[in-house]
Amino acid sequence: MAESQRPLTGIVDDVGGLVDLAAYEAHEGYAGAREALTGMTPAEVIALVKDANLRGRGGAGFPTGLKWSFVPQGEASDDGLKYLVCNGDEMEPGTFKDRYLLEYNPHLLVEGMIIGAYAIGAAQGYVFLRGEYHEPYRQLQTAIDDAKAKGYLGQNIFGSGFNFDLRIHRSAGRYICGEETALLNALEGKRAQPRTKPPFPPASGAWGRPTIVNNVETFCNVPCILRNGVEWYQELGNGEDAGTKLYGVSGRVNNPGLWELPIGTPIREIIDVHAGGMQDGYKLRGLLPGGASTDFLVEKHFDLAMDYGTIQAAGSRMGTGTMILMDDSICPVDMCRNLEHFFAQESCGFCTPCREGLPWVERLLTDIEEGRGKPGDLELLDRNAQFIGGVTNTFCLHAPGAIEPLASALKYFREDFEEHIRTGVCPYANNR
Amino acid sequence: MSEPALIPVLSDAEVREIEEECAHLPDRKSAAIDAMMIVQRHRGWVSDESLGAIAHLLGMSVENLDSIATFYNLIFRKPVGRHVVMVCDSVSCYVMGADPLRKQIEAHLGIGMGQTTDDGRFTLLPIVCLGACDKAPTMMIGEELIENVDGEQLDDIFGRFG
Repeated sequence: MAESQRPLTGIVDDVGGLVDLAAYEAHEGYAGAREALTGMTPAEVIALVKDANLRGRGGAGFPTGLKWSFVPQGEASDDGLKYLVCNGDEMEPGTFKDRYLLEYNPHLLVEGMIIGAYAIGAAQGYVFLRGEYHEPYRQLQTAIDDAKAKGYLGQNIFGSGFNFDLRIHRSAGRYICGEETALLNALEGKRAQPRTKPPFPPASGAWGRPTIVNNVETFCNVPCILRNGVEWYQELGNGEDAGTKLYGVSGRVNNPGLWELPIGTPIREIIDVHAGGMQDGYKLRGLLPGGASTDFLVEKHFDLAMDYGTIQAAGSRMGTGTMILMDDSICPVDMCRNLEHFFAQESCGFCTPCREGLPWVERLLTDIEEGRGKPGDLELLDRNAQFIGGVTNTFCLHAPGAIEPLASALKYFREDFEEHIRTGVCPYANNR
Repeated sequence: MSEPALIPVLSDAEVREIEEECAHLPDRKSAAIDAMMIVQRHRGWVSDESLGAIAHLLGMSVENLDSIATFYNLIFRKPVGRHVVMVCDSVSCYVMGADPLRKQIEAHLGIGMGQTTDDGRFTLLPIVCLGACDKAPTMMIGEELIENVDGEQLDDIFGRFG
């Protein structure tokens, strides 16, 4: 039963590691794609994914079926070309879920993409893979080659008359490539600067053609919906959201790791039951629920369910679902300095608030951390947070995301910032 | 092929791999990043000569190609050592002691970030999250991901890379 409750990773435990083509097929592998291509119309596939209430697992939680429905049906452009792209550029700090899927269950992604390509009518797909993911690249390339040899990719798949080719683009770095229009520019061989929107990719994406970009985990949710149906899929989740979620915990817990659980599992259960609780001598003060670009949650939030709506109502985002714990040995000011250093470095440099504002914020945090903070610095950080966090002040959401952890830290850990400025020393300095 | 003298900079294998990418893309310029990564896999880095030859092969200006090269942190426009060591400095590794670990690694190799050891063995660079946060702190040497890096075991870790 374990597998049916964990459609993405249960098979990995059953097989005891990498799921190759033979093992994948022995577990109903490619049955979902066969069902879609030989028994359903593209519109029926889209309707099914919509009804299942699958939401994007890359962080934003946009309904997947709805996104697919934005692609014009039939011959959309003069040459009829459309593209399906997988965002495998996992670079959100604290996130390690897509790497697991790529390394251990790559055929699941291939099958999900075949179904997605059929639904939107794309003959060409790309997996945009981060450059440092060498082992995931090897496993995914092997899976693509094996699927091609078996006729699951290429011409006339399952005798349906549908053609789909899939290739891997190995990225050359930069976090901004995770932004879907920056990703498309990188795929086209250009600098990864986000594009102005609209037009959105489903209307005009890669090389100006209708394009869908979905996260690795999102595609991996699709085959089981085709195999087992909408009702079954919705029953997997707790509460409003459907399906499972890969949740992860990093930080000073006894058993850091990654688990596929019903979406909507409470935070405290993930930390105490699955991650084994905090290590002796460490107390949990706060956490970033879904990667570096999500607002801190604190004690009063720990009983909340990890789902899109609940975490958003608490002022943060479920994001990637892989949480980063801040224990009581960690200085909140210094942790924010680390986070803003990352975001300042990874800005593409196109918009002023991001290019100039984030390094300014990093300098202010460095000054405060190193005892050079001045009265008025916190108000300056507040103002910067407000301005840089304004979603209409920049082309993309890099800067607003960058500010989320800082703005929330200024709210929940303000006394730490004030003490640094007042005393001119970091009270946590001896912990390092 | 108006300037054939530029092409021999690239090996037959490199040109063949770049052409393979071009064949699967709508236009040749779209292979710019792939082409530079291919040359780097063969040579370790992308020299001015390589850059000029790639630009020529893809039918684009050297300036345009260099503006792309310098955007991406994994394209090296300077020579690097035999093994590029990338130490994660993102938040999960930070929480698990990446800052003191970085100092231990710098002391062990006798170089700072961005530098190469005198014997040409190692180049040290910071890197963002390597996606192994449950096994922090992490680093990558060449193509090998190293998890739960122990600052007391650096002799053993680096000793495996000749």
